[in-house]
Amino acid sequence: MRAAMKRVVGEATVREGKVKLDIPPLVENGNVVPVTVSVDSPMTATDYVKAIHLFNEKNPLSDVIGARLGPRAGRATLATRIRLADTQNVTAIAELSDGTFWTDSVQVIVTLAACVEGL
Amino acid sequence: MARALINVPAKAKRGEIIEIKTLIQHEMETGFRVGTNGNMIPRNIITDFVCKYNGEEIFRAELHPAISANPFFTFSTIATESGTISFEWTGDNGFAAAESADITVE
Repeated sequence: MRAAMKRVVGEATVREGKVKLDIPPLVENGNVVPVTVSVDSPMTATDYVKAIHLFNEKNPLSDVIGARLGPRAGRATLATRIRLADTQNVTAIAELSDGTFWTDSVQVIVTLAACVEGL
Repeated sequence: MARALINVPAKAKRGEIIEIKTLIQHEMETGFRVGTNGNMIPRNIITDFVCKYNGEEIFRAELHPAISANPFFTFSTIATESGTISFEWTGDNGFAAAESADITVE
């Protein structure tokens, strides 16, 4: 997860706050986990969220999604559905137009993991 | 052609923030599963999603195998003018799908 984050963030410092990662703490089916990421931002032409990235800790691949948005989004919110292979931490990172990065992490307990079932 | 469902309000007031929901039919095979013959099932996912409002890009996402089957997105935009909101998905094995919705802004 650190390597994947580094690809996105580079050497910049990532601070906690501004980002809210909304994900159920206990998930029955890891194949479909609803996630909502919202970022506290006015979304004006000079102060907006450039990108929202999601990472996980224990899936075979750490990346989940990288979304680019702009001032025309109006509201910095993204909702999707993801797969989780195990009980783990999920992290969201938001990149703001001023070049700062903000993050939020949530631990999710998964009772039925994705990726392990046969056909 | 994969089936795509899109939810865009047909009418909006100028400057209003509208919510867009998209769902597309796709198995999003991760490439980490073993098939009945013992071999790995090759990866087959949608890798990119782009949404354009009258030709101007308003949202883009890069997808990875950790996105669930039948990728679903909810995001928002400001209704600026009447026109067309178009959606494009591209993926492995030459997968491409496109859909569009009209919006009237008053």
